Amino acid sequence: MTESLIQARNVGKTLGHGAGRVQALKHIDLSLGGGLTLLMGPSGSGKTTLLSILGGMLTPSEGTVQICGRSTDGADAETLAEIRRRHIGFVFQTFHLFPTLTAAENVQLALDVRGERGAMARARTREVMTKVDLAHKCDAFPRQLSGGEQQRVAIARAIVAEPAAILADEPTAALDGANGQAIMALLAAIAREPDRAVLVVTHDARLTGFADQVLRIEDGTLLPEAAASSNVYRIRGSA
Amino acid sequence: MALVATLASRNLLQDRLRFIATLIGIVFSVVLVMVQMGLYFGFGRMVTTMIDHAPADLWIVSRGTKSFEDLSLMNTQIGDRVRGIQGVADVVPVIIGFSAWQLPGGGMTPIFVVGSDIAAGGIAPWNVVEGSAAALSTAGRVAVDKTYFGRLGVTGIGAKSEIRGLPAEVAAVTDGIRSFTTTPYVFANLDSARSFIGLPKNSASHFLVRLKPGADVAQVQSAIQSTLPKVEALTPAQFRKRSRSFWLFGTGAGAALFAGAMLGVIVGTVIVAQTLYSSTKDHLYEFATLRAIGCSKGYIYTVIILQALISAILGFVIAAGMGFGVVAATAKTSLPIVITPELLAALFLLTVAMCVGSAVAAISRVVRLDPVMVMAR
Repeated sequence: MTESLIQARNVGKTLGHGAGRVQALKHIDLSLGGGLTLLMGPSGSGKTTLLSILGGMLTPSEGTVQICGRSTDGADAETLAEIRRRHIGFVFQTFHLFPTLTAAENVQLALDVRGERGAMARARTREVMTKVDLAHKCDAFPRQLSGGEQQRVAIARAIVAEPAAILADEPTAALDGANGQAIMALLAAIAREPDRAVLVVTHDARLTGFADQVLRIEDGTLLPEAAASSNVYRIRGSA
Repeated sequence: MALVATLASRNLLQDRLRFIATLIGIVFSVVLVMVQMGLYFGFGRMVTTMIDHAPADLWIVSRGTKSFEDLSLMNTQIGDRVRGIQGVADVVPVIIGFSAWQLPGGGMTPIFVVGSDIAAGGIAPWNVVEGSAAALSTAGRVAVDKTYFGRLGVTGIGAKSEIRGLPAEVAAVTDGIRSFTTTPYVFANLDSARSFIGLPKNSASHFLVRLKPGADVAQVQSAIQSTLPKVEALTPAQFRKRSRSFWLFGTGAGAALFAGAMLGVIVGTVIVAQTLYSSTKDHLYEFATLRAIGCSKGYIYTVIILQALISAILGFVIAAGMGFGVVAATAKTSLPIVITPELLAALFLLTVAMCVGSAVAAISRVVRLDPVMVMAR
């Protein structure tokens, strides 16, 4: 049985100051143990804020978050970066590839920042590029790739260091329908690997078919679906 | 190449115009500093050229003499007394002073006369390309540098003129004995020089002291000082240092050169800082992405510092090439620019320090980066 990879307990987040102060998240309890989870909700519902907190980019104003057993509570920026480096892979809506690096170099960069270099890193990069079906585009620069290909490079970058959790923020939003479906199929395949959780933020209802679990969030609160009396969602295999 | 270096170099080359502007800034700065410091060293070398070429273990000068060109006279009896001090092998008087050279057209031009008994081991002209220094032992014969032919209105060996109304004939021609005062040096024997300057027969401005083999320089120096308290006995190194100190710092010339060099450093630092900062701002989302994927601050600093180092190395190589061109172009002028290997090494370190220091502004911008910004775009 897979242990909980990311766990949020009574998480709240307040953004802004004074009159612009907004309670972006309220009393979020969540436990991700594996499989593909969709986090859906309307614009401004707190999806991206929750993703940022679960990925260790933001710290909650209230409650606690544990990523692979490590609490982000009170962690400084460097500790959070180290937690992300070890345990999280990110996929962004607009890919955020480095335009001056080739596709393979973009992927290898995720190993390089972890101190993994040399022939082993290059071999691992080739392996992952093959996995996302882009072995023939290793030397292409992002501008020479289609949107779908760029997102597959971004996914390769997210998985190359074999993190426990992949967090994807609207990964299909910048793609057409067919490419979006292909990207989701790839993420779903990755989510089926052992000890791997994939959390995808989306507002595209057509993607629910790929999910093992769908979470809905509105006004900073997770809506109870699977558990009527609690906001705790236990994903396939979770503790 | 390491990926971090690839990222840094491609970040730089992505905007070629900006990179060229950066290099121009560095080159301008380094060449300016190089020229200023080269002038400093060149000037420092020029002001000691007579000291460097004089065959002396010790120099005797009037107390308080600031440089070789500082005119203060002593009686030749001082030389006789120094000759009697234990350890002294030989004492040769030298006379210097300004005079006037008669031009063929009727005018006069100032000259700086250097006189000593060459046969006795005085200051002989060096780099003699025509005639011989030995010919100066004849009264009225002089040596001049060929670069001053135009100034003196002569064409070479055998040219005749007058110095202070006394006949003078060019008997030796040198190449490259330039005066930093721009007044031509004219070498003559001791008596002729005294006549040309208008000084009495028993006068000397300096004495060159040579020691017996095995004599201790410090002991002889001390003995001269105690025997003759009104003069100073200086080693060539001490006299060089004193001359440089006077001309470079006593006159403010050195401070002006240093100020110019400092200006170069400031201009270079500002230009590199500005371009690195603007490059970093352009790649802010990339740096935020690096941060988001867990990159340490150190890795990002490495990217920025590598950008600075690449700029520094390329800029320095171009500037050094230009610097050597300037050295070659000024080699035969009255104030040659001198670039020593030590200066070159120091300039390289300065360029690196300047460029890396310039990265501070860019780094301070990145320090404030919030990785969440990549989520919002």
